[in-house]
Amino acid sequence: MPLLEVNDLHVQLQTQRGPAEAVRGIGFTLERGETMGIVGESGCGKSITVQSLMGLLPASAKVSGSIRFEGCELVGLPEREMCKLRGDRIGMIFQEPMTALNPVHTIARQVGEPLRLHRGLSAADARKEALALLERVGIPDAASRLDAYPHQFSGGQRQRIGIAMALACGPDLLIADEPTTALDVTIQKQILELIRGLVAERGMALILISHDLGVIAESVSKMLVMYGGSVVESGPTAAVFAERAHPYTRGLFAARPALGAPRGLKLATIRGSVPELVDLPPGCPFAGRCRYTVDACEATRPPAVSLPRDHRVRCIRLDEIAAVAGAAA
Amino acid sequence: MSAVPAAVPSAAAFKVPGFWRRALRHRSFTIGAVLSLLLVAAAAVSLVWTPWSPYEMDLASKLQKPSWSHWLGTDTFGRDVASLLLVGARASILVGVIAVGIGLTVGTALGLLAAARRGWVEEAIMRLTDFTMAFPAILSAIMMTAVFGAGIVNAIVAIGIYNIPTFARITRASANAIWSREYVAAARACGKGAFAITMQHVLPNISAVLIVQITIRFAVAILAEAALSYLGLGTQPPQPSWGRMLSEAQTMMFQAPLLAVFPGMAIALAVLGLNLLGDGLRDLLDPRLARAR
Repeated sequence: MPLLEVNDLHVQLQTQRGPAEAVRGIGFTLERGETMGIVGESGCGKSITVQSLMGLLPASAKVSGSIRFEGCELVGLPEREMCKLRGDRIGMIFQEPMTALNPVHTIARQVGEPLRLHRGLSAADARKEALALLERVGIPDAASRLDAYPHQFSGGQRQRIGIAMALACGPDLLIADEPTTALDVTIQKQILELIRGLVAERGMALILISHDLGVIAESVSKMLVMYGGSVVESGPTAAVFAERAHPYTRGLFAARPALGAPRGLKLATIRGSVPELVDLPPGCPFAGRCRYTVDACEATRPPAVSLPRDHRVRCIRLDEIAAVAGAAA
Repeated sequence: MSAVPAAVPSAAAFKVPGFWRRALRHRSFTIGAVLSLLLVAAAAVSLVWTPWSPYEMDLASKLQKPSWSHWLGTDTFGRDVASLLLVGARASILVGVIAVGIGLTVGTALGLLAAARRGWVEEAIMRLTDFTMAFPAILSAIMMTAVFGAGIVNAIVAIGIYNIPTFARITRASANAIWSREYVAAARACGKGAFAITMQHVLPNISAVLIVQITIRFAVAILAEAALSYLGLGTQPPQPSWGRMLSEAQTMMFQAPLLAVFPGMAIALAVLGLNLLGDGLRDLLDPRLARAR
């Protein structure tokens, strides 16, 4: 049985402009110890997807489809049951280390909290565990800083504390929602190495959300490329990086700034902007921005096409695009 | 620096080193604290000692000017004004503490519930507070004392009920801001329930806002008690109260103007002190200013 199995997941959010299909029928499986990345622009449904896994969506959101965690259906699970899973079996690391810690509690208390909650540890035992966790995530001189408050730490250190919190109960699944976006580049590398090391050491499964393709390439074994609430391309990281079959994936890769590019070279962009989730077109969500668009693209949502190596792409013009790109190359 | 969402002063500011050093340098905080302490001290002293008995009438020495034996003079019945003021401070503090206590406990609980539950619960609570606020407070207090009888207890309850919507609204607004913070999401991701999050994360982070509001509502309650007593609906004779002293002095305005001046000054100074204290605390507990140090 896979650790996590998501099937035909739909999430509808209530916005001021009416209901919006933020996630439109995505599905994937994650084995124990497997690592998966989700990439895509802001507003493509990445965060909504993982929030629905954690049951952290606002009450007005409608979730349908199936999320099975070790065979247990999470969609429609009562909040009380969900609380038992969160923090114990599933840990989460947040994007903003500056705001993810409560300013009024000491870090020892915050890191030890999940242990007291789920394992029933005494305050003293939780404190001991918190010290071990803080040392593991690399807080220098952790013993003397247990009673410090979050504002006394730097951004990178706070992210380490956040990681210690997520790891406290030894979860089977770790979800990291853009864990390095708010950090500067040198710290990003250290934090990613820490996460990779911990995942390998503890055999956790990892879902890593990022819009940085470099981060994804180094950290995960398979990936989903999301656009407009659906997965436009998925497969092993190596296969997706090698093929870049979907025009959107191509666009993402082309838009990366490259070191050593000639001076004055304009950065490639994907023209247009992400469609609002409230008024997604009936056809391919990328149709309005894709230069290979034909009438058929706008008519119906393209089905997933299977390529070798468990690689799936939602595009009806794969062959023609490969030919055009091949000719250009 | 990333954008800080609507800053809510946090109790953590109390722990910022130098809080008291900054506090003493803050002029309105210092003046407010001194005046508020004077109010409390007056009430405390009156419990053990007053220059004269505030209940003892001495018609032979009525309407005296301030002198060494009667510091602030005597009133129409020959009672010592200084003693009346000291004992009257008790009524003000009693009203302030209980009325604010009622508003704080019930209002904060409702506000926290509204923020934690959202949806129709929040709507219902907020419409209820709108409904309560639509009545003029003093008018409703007059109505309540007319129905249940004039007296300090009814006055306190009436004032207290009017503090509930104020605290409910302020709590809900600040709590909603806290609920949208990432550390609340992190706490939820740790598996904490709404009650635990409210008690451990929301309440400590909005405590500064509430502390400031307490000082301001305290001042309003003192004014309301004075107003009700002035109308004869609050503290009943012979129990001294600043509001009643004012209404009794009114008839003597032209013979003994000082009789109105002293209780009036006491009310004004108490309210001013509490307001300055509230203003000072608001500045001192604001984390943005604390960091800008």
